[in-house]
Amino acid sequence: MKVRSAALAALALTVVTAMPASAKTLKFAFQGTLKLLDPYSLNETFTLGTLGNVYEGLTRRGPDLDIQPALAERWEIVEPTRWRFYLRQGVKFHNGNDFTADDVVFSADRVRSAESDLKTRIAPEVKVEKVDDYTVDFVLPGPNPILHYEWDTWYIMDKEWLEANSAGKVTSASDENPNYAGLNANGTGPFQVTSHETGVKTVLAKNDAWWDTPKHNLTSVEFTPVAQDATRVAALLSGELDMVYPIPVQDIKRVNDNATTQAMTGPELRTIFLGMDQMRDELLYSSVKGKNPFKDARVRKAVYQAIDIEAISKKVMRGLSTPSAIMISPFLFSRAEEFTRYAYDPDAAKALLAEAGYADGFEVGMDCPNDRYVNDEAICQTVAAMLARIGIKVNLNAQPKAQYFAKILQSGGFDTSFYLLGWTPGSFDSWNVLSNLINCRNEAGDGSPFNLGGYCNARVDELTKMVLSENDATKRDAMIAEAFTIIHDEVGYVPLHQQGLAWGVSSSVELTQRADNVFMMYYVTKN
Amino acid sequence: MTAFVIRRLLQSVIVMVVVALIAFLMFRFVGDPVNQMVGIETTPEQREALRERLGLNDPVLTQFLRFIGGVAQGDFGISYQFKRPVAELLADRLPATLELSLMSVVFALLVGIPMGVYTGLHRDSWLSKVFLSVSLVGISLPPFLIGILLIFIFAVNLQVLPSFGRGEVVDLGFWSTGLLTVSGWKALILPAITLGLFQMTLIMRLVRSEMMEVLRADFIKFARARGLKRRAVHFGHALKNTLVPVITITGLQLGSVVAFAIITETVFQWPGMGLLFLQSVQEVDIPIMAAYLLLIAFLFVVINLLVDILYVVVDPRIRITGGAQ
Amino acid sequence: MSVGGEVREPGAAPATMAPGPAPRGLLIRILDSDLLYSFRQSKVTMTAAFVTAAFFLGAFLAPWIAPHNPFDLASLNILDSYLPPAWEAEGDPRYLLGTDDQGRDILSAILYGSRISLAIGFSSVAFAAVLGIGLGLLSGYVGGTTDTIIMRIADVQLTFPAILIALLIDGTVRGLSDNFNREAAAFWVLTFSIGLSFWVQYARTVRSSTLVEKNKEYVQAARLIGISPLLIMLRHVLPNVMGPVLVIATINLALAIITEATLSFLGVGIPPTQPSLGTLIRIGQDFLFSGEWWITIFPGIALAVLVLAVNLLGDWLRDALNPKLR
Repeated sequence: MKVRSAALAALALTVVTAMPASAKTLKFAFQGTLKLLDPYSLNETFTLGTLGNVYEGLTRRGPDLDIQPALAERWEIVEPTRWRFYLRQGVKFHNGNDFTADDVVFSADRVRSAESDLKTRIAPEVKVEKVDDYTVDFVLPGPNPILHYEWDTWYIMDKEWLEANSAGKVTSASDENPNYAGLNANGTGPFQVTSHETGVKTVLAKNDAWWDTPKHNLTSVEFTPVAQDATRVAALLSGELDMVYPIPVQDIKRVNDNATTQAMTGPELRTIFLGMDQMRDELLYSSVKGKNPFKDARVRKAVYQAIDIEAISKKVMRGLSTPSAIMISPFLFSRAEEFTRYAYDPDAAKALLAEAGYADGFEVGMDCPNDRYVNDEAICQTVAAMLARIGIKVNLNAQPKAQYFAKILQSGGFDTSFYLLGWTPGSFDSWNVLSNLINCRNEAGDGSPFNLGGYCNARVDELTKMVLSENDATKRDAMIAEAFTIIHDEVGYVPLHQQGLAWGVSSSVELTQRADNVFMMYYVTKN
Repeated sequence: MTAFVIRRLLQSVIVMVVVALIAFLMFRFVGDPVNQMVGIETTPEQREALRERLGLNDPVLTQFLRFIGGVAQGDFGISYQFKRPVAELLADRLPATLELSLMSVVFALLVGIPMGVYTGLHRDSWLSKVFLSVSLVGISLPPFLIGILLIFIFAVNLQVLPSFGRGEVVDLGFWSTGLLTVSGWKALILPAITLGLFQMTLIMRLVRSEMMEVLRADFIKFARARGLKRRAVHFGHALKNTLVPVITITGLQLGSVVAFAIITETVFQWPGMGLLFLQSVQEVDIPIMAAYLLLIAFLFVVINLLVDILYVVVDPRIRITGGAQ
Repeated sequence: MSVGGEVREPGAAPATMAPGPAPRGLLIRILDSDLLYSFRQSKVTMTAAFVTAAFFLGAFLAPWIAPHNPFDLASLNILDSYLPPAWEAEGDPRYLLGTDDQGRDILSAILYGSRISLAIGFSSVAFAAVLGIGLGLLSGYVGGTTDTIIMRIADVQLTFPAILIALLIDGTVRGLSDNFNREAAAFWVLTFSIGLSFWVQYARTVRSSTLVEKNKEYVQAARLIGISPLLIMLRHVLPNVMGPVLVIATINLALAIITEATLSFLGVGIPPTQPSLGTLIRIGQDFLFSGEWWITIFPGIALAVLVLAVNLLGDWLRDALNPKLR
């Protein structure tokens, strides 16, 4: 009670954190939290996507994921191993500091430092040279046509600001003291952070001094994480929030039926697929002893053909998924149309199993996350039911992502026989898929670290190397197509689908949905 | 008396250390924090380097001693996911949880006691039966379902109460309160009911049975015989006598309420410690989990100790049986 | 959260639990016409008993009376999912209460689910009772340091509410066991963690009763003539505390079922391939807004009715065994 009287006394002095009613405030929610404001500390779509409204890179990606100039006005390949970037002049950070080549050089070092989680943005061998205040050269060890593909999320930070606040090092979990850059932000982008309550609420205000012409009409943005699906949808339906994402696929209809809200859906770039252990001589968690049925491509194909992907799309995903024949979204590979899935055919699947010597089927354990992808656990359950019909008894082990990844990744010793995983290539390019998922690996994870099942084909490895340095787009695509054909023929994976995006939006708000699930607040207009 | 308190204090410290040790041993198995701290493209070598930097490769006992050493100096470590001192994070979240817990207890008392008195006095009236049944239905559904149903009715369909959050919060520097704004109070209603329903039923039934017993006691019969008014007998004597166990139970339940707030806070996205804890479990944020468990343990130990001391003060005979040795 | 207050057991307060009425055998007391009479007097109690019995029977006989086997994955067809109850326009007569997101028959799932929920309830209560009674006897009889240690362990126990224990144990078991038999593992995790959070009540009740009996003359006499006093006490203490223990057990059974449901919300419950009532509700709540209400409402009603019936029985038992309230 003492607290309350003290509170009353203090009321006159305190500022209520409410926005004026006339201001245009966008209130939105996401299922996860914005953990840190340091743009190099976590390579994760939501963190980087949200910070992309505050910070900017040399390039940025537009609504259709096209690469646009941002802090660099233009760039040219002076010679195959030397890229020259011409920086935009007159750009200021939120604190008023000028943006110059020094900031780019500093950011390039910082993003490659030991504590950074975005080291893949620039290879350690790349030299970054300041030519003058507004020109920077990148000197590469060899040609690389996709050098800048991920630079839309390599944000340029202010050197002076970082040094003044002794935040030159990237915020790291082993820090003894909290890092200034983790709790504060100073970018060049359309919004600036006015308050950040960790895990509770983050408020942004319009940056009046932004160099670009704003396409939005907001004065401020309020972000709240809302973890529960039901609560998030309820907050949208009741009008408390203007935008929430993601919304569960089953609630799309409800959101559309509501007079003041609608669901925005679209294809996402993430491919969901099943992987099988093709490396161990004896399958773990299986009734089969002494051998590994998944080493037999016929068994893998039987699994493939036992899955009725249309039924999964219709019932589990409620139409919000695109069945996929390859391991990358068709939006990211020009020749994707040439591939078709093996037909759903349980009888053929049974015949294949019999041919491989498993007429009575077998038992196998399956690992599945239950809080990572859209309806992940439901998909696994459905797959288990479908495989049961051809005699493969699946023991499902669905776990939260923390335990799931701890078990199946290299740190857990690739401890899985059969698993469901999703992958979005960060560079929006096939090479990323090939090198992370499809190349051979050894037990330490050298090679493709996320090829958990250990699929291996020497020709694919060879093609992957060629793809990296091939500058001719047509030849490059032919190589990629060859690699994808091999893995399709050998059923190295069972691709399932690209899951869909589902955002819930109030009718008073207009916005642009990007296929990588990034929410660009600077494209939002509110009535 | 002093010896008793000192002994119990010492035992309490041991209890806390044991709690911390058990918790710490278990953390090793709840998942790999490193996977939650980096993006999926981070290489195995980089993950291993981070693991080494965090000291996660050290023996559990070393990690535990390091943790205890820190705690003794008031340092609970740095959160893995937020990279902020855990003590600071918990302090930020403490007011939300305490306000929710206290309001739910207040709700439970304000509704539970009158209902208990009524059902105790009028054992066979139909209203009593309604009260008893309704209160039982309240504890016959899992709290998360009650919360979601309340949101469905009051936030989505009637649109009179908010579905999440604390509303507008006034920051007093040392304490952020939602009790000074209308929206703060509105935001408190549904979570407080969800959390308090169980306690309400408990208190109502406790008061009811206490009332029924006390009314049969001799001194009440004498009071009646002396011609005191019914009302005076019921409220002046009977109710007063039931309040001691009610207060004891309420006090002892407070720790439970704070712990159970985890569910309510999750359903209503209430920015308290419980929500932070559950999220930390999902993210394997060991420093937050450890500190939260210690805090809850501390709360229980303090409450238990207070109750024990209270009993000794009230009834010195207990010292013989209750005190150690 | 304990319903300890119901049986006048104010938490950590030592030795305040009034020992029950005179020591008489439980069997005798059940046969006592008073109990039977009070049972037949109360229509509510009779209904509750009937409902509880019906649930037990339904759960026990599920494999024979359920129209489908929801645990048999091969029999599930995803294309049969989300069917409304049979009486609705799009309903299917094969599925009386409709189907869930995997095409499971809700009615069968409820029958099988009650089986799991009741099994967890019973085994956790049994675990708690055996542990609690044993430690209570030991604590009260031996006294001294043993007593102190056990009672402080009880304090530690109270420090960890059931949901926190379950979260930790579940995480540990997951980390330790590689086995895919998650159904069985989850069952024991739940039994163990729910049971652990209940034993203190039994221990305290038995301990205080033991303290009272310990100093009675027959115990001293037994010691004199060389019979193990512990054995003697067992025969006197146990019947004496059976009344309160039975009441605690009944209320705990209801609480255990609810706790299991709550835990499934936190992701610690029985996995969805063999759902308990709680898991069914947890899955179903995702479909509350989208109009597929039957997926959560029917299991919800089943759970509420079961818990309500058990609670009512517990109530009646408490009142009936407490002569002061008669």
